[in-house]
Amino acid sequence: MRQITKDFPGVRANDAVDFKVAQGEIHGLLGENGAGKSVLMGILYGLYQPTSGEIFIHGRAVAIRSPAEAIALKIGMVHQHFMLISNMTVAENIVLGFEPDGYFWNRKEIAQRVAQFAAEAKLPINPEETVGQLSVGAQQRVEILKVLYRQAQILILDEPTAVLTPQETEALFRAMRALRDQGKTIIFIAHKLKEVLSICDRITVLCRGKLVGTEDAGATDESKLAEMMVGTKVVPATRIGEATIGDRVLEVKDLTADGERGERALEGLSFELRAGEILGIAGVEGNGQTELVEVLTGLRRPTGGKVFLSEADLSGITPRTALDYGIRHIPEDKRKRGIIPGFSVKENLILGDHCRPPFKGRFSWLMERVIRRFADKRIEEFQIQTPSRDTPIDSLSGGNQQRLIVGRVYGHQKRPTLLIAAQPTCGLDVQATRYVRQKLIELSDQGAAVLLVSADLDEVMAISDRILVIHNGRLHEASKRPSRQELGLLMIGGREDE
Amino acid sequence: MTKEETGRGDRPTAIENQGSRLIKRAIRPLVAIRPEITAICAGFLVGAIVVWVTGHPVVETFYHLFRGAFGSRIAIGMTLTRATPIIFTGLAVAIAFKCGLFNIGAEGQLQVGAFAAAWVGIALPPMPPVIHISLAFAAGAAAGLLWAVVPAVLKVTRGAHEVVTTMMLAHVGILLASYLVTGPFKDPGPVPQTEWIASTAQLTRLLPPTQLSTALFVALLCAIAVYLFLWKTSPGYAIRAAGLNPKAAEAGGVPVARSIMLALLLSGALAGLGGAGEILGVFHRFIDGFSPGYGWTGIGVALVGRMHPLGVILAAVLFGALRAGGGTVARAVGVPLDITVVIQGTIILFIAAQRMTEFLWERRRKK
Repeated sequence: MRQITKDFPGVRANDAVDFKVAQGEIHGLLGENGAGKSVLMGILYGLYQPTSGEIFIHGRAVAIRSPAEAIALKIGMVHQHFMLISNMTVAENIVLGFEPDGYFWNRKEIAQRVAQFAAEAKLPINPEETVGQLSVGAQQRVEILKVLYRQAQILILDEPTAVLTPQETEALFRAMRALRDQGKTIIFIAHKLKEVLSICDRITVLCRGKLVGTEDAGATDESKLAEMMVGTKVVPATRIGEATIGDRVLEVKDLTADGERGERALEGLSFELRAGEILGIAGVEGNGQTELVEVLTGLRRPTGGKVFLSEADLSGITPRTALDYGIRHIPEDKRKRGIIPGFSVKENLILGDHCRPPFKGRFSWLMERVIRRFADKRIEEFQIQTPSRDTPIDSLSGGNQQRLIVGRVYGHQKRPTLLIAAQPTCGLDVQATRYVRQKLIELSDQGAAVLLVSADLDEVMAISDRILVIHNGRLHEASKRPSRQELGLLMIGGREDE
Repeated sequence: MTKEETGRGDRPTAIENQGSRLIKRAIRPLVAIRPEITAICAGFLVGAIVVWVTGHPVVETFYHLFRGAFGSRIAIGMTLTRATPIIFTGLAVAIAFKCGLFNIGAEGQLQVGAFAAAWVGIALPPMPPVIHISLAFAAGAAAGLLWAVVPAVLKVTRGAHEVVTTMMLAHVGILLASYLVTGPFKDPGPVPQTEWIASTAQLTRLLPPTQLSTALFVALLCAIAVYLFLWKTSPGYAIRAAGLNPKAAEAGGVPVARSIMLALLLSGALAGLGGAGEILGVFHRFIDGFSPGYGWTGIGVALVGRMHPLGVILAAVLFGALRAGGGTVARAVGVPLDITVVIQGTIILFIAAQRMTEFLWERRRKK
């Protein structure tokens, strides 16, 4: 790809990027969120048209106007969110769109063919299984097989490890090496440095839409890559020194709750959380984290068990009462639960405090002057990049929206007694991530109890005082200084000594 | 020396900048309502084509349309008379919409409100006008509010869609009012109407011989009140938040169910006030079929007015002008009154279509 430039209204996502990949290598494409990795690969896969620049495959100039044309050129892409039909079998998903001719098709024969194909590709799988019942890692394998079945020689994997446990990641890496040895070319989009270094032959770094450089994996290291990604040296925010742990703030006893489809999501959780403590809850997404957070914030009714906040029984409260008790919340899905699109920065900043003084005055009047002063203060303190307090929140970047949400949990005067932070840095770039983590630590130093729910192991390990692992709606206590391996095993429901 | 030069050189540009900024500022609202302006132009264009195709003089028709709407004091009075009830119903639809609700039953709420106001005007003993009028308006609002209780409760407790429930209850309301005036409350005579309301319940006429009354002021006060309520108070904030993103609003401590109730009830009350205004200001009695569909027109008014009180007022005046001018056109040129319906319909259609194209455009751009 030569001199690729892509303009979106208001932003230049790619700026004259040169990107070369050799056949039979695993090539890492590294950059922060918004660095332009996905756009660049989208152009290669025909999802976007470049504003200018050319693409060459095996030295021949090509124009890729749609994913269909990309597939014809033997380019395949595995998206971050799987594009599978969950109530069809593995075999049906793999041949979808490329079924054998004829009106009737022999399930057995197709299953056999898929099984053979999978074995040849060294990605063994049971073709008769329904996709919805597979683990995330296995579903990803189906996606890769699907792409290979379309005879792809160049595979683009868009952040494939984001949803995997460490063990599944290892399995994926083995599969990737096997594919490389078969002569396939793999482009691995990522933002985790360790992974990129362990699997890639060469690494290209993008920063703010521009090419920073391409390095041999053997000739570089983490801190050098991180420097390339952000332009400055990164110091990850970690807890320095011991936390001063105070009284018990939150006590959860035998908590049970149902999930969205009525299935049992929490199977009797019990834990305690003390003032000044950061309790990390690690786990693969979808093991009950969402339900736990929703019960604690009053968004979901528990089916059993008790929740106490400093001796007050808070089982089955409303979100409003939770706020009254000083329980604050950084929701896992920012767009769904965190912000009100169409509201200004200022209006979003007072959400949750809009119904109490000093924002609410006599006759429920909103105190405009107080609100303005508060908004300006928060914008400055939390470095929210916005043209003004009256700008619609929609036009802010994800990182700035998150800064706003973090700024909001600080409340007007009263600091939160309990902060529930769900995936607080998901989708944020390095600097914003560090900033948010620092704020969590700062809050706990000021005496708040912090419950950190995160799928990012590094994050949980970096700032938690204590770690619990959630698996299938149950909690498992990890040791005092757990290793990644130990946590990984707990995340898939096993113990190290088993 | 150089400093002075640059100083001198800078000044005109500064003024120029200020000038262009002023122009920009003046243009900005026009740019912002570009879709509405386009839709209105399109409405008139389609209207012109229809007039032309049906063999009527186009220029003359539009001349009379304008003259009939704004050509004289009386014309303006007629326009504002027509605009008054649809300001109320437009506000009613808008306040519900701000909470993400589509109250399409304003017509029923208006009719029961009108009947309740008429009853208060007839049945109560003589009293000072201020009190009598206030009571009649209050009765209208209460009846309209009552008519929204069932949809609101069903929405909050059972999740019943308000489009279905308000629509069904609209017909119940229309027929109920019609039954009452043809049966128990009918004044002797051939016409299904009640007796006259007491003179103490009648609103002052502003521009006789037109029927424009102080109901217009009540409508404008309501518009201001709706604006202040929605944008300057805490429950108004909650209603808008619940309308834009109920999930985030809920997480932020907004009682979403309560906001929905409040918005729908206020919506019903506003429509009921509109009905009361017609009875107390225009007809002075309840006449069966007095409303040519003010409740339904309110949906269009709210849509064209972008669900904003100021927009609702402007859109209501536009629609009122079309109605008033349409009468003149019918008399002077012989073009049927329906031409105004064509223009109104086209405007609404174009606005809806533009929202649609914007939506599609956004989606394409996101891809």
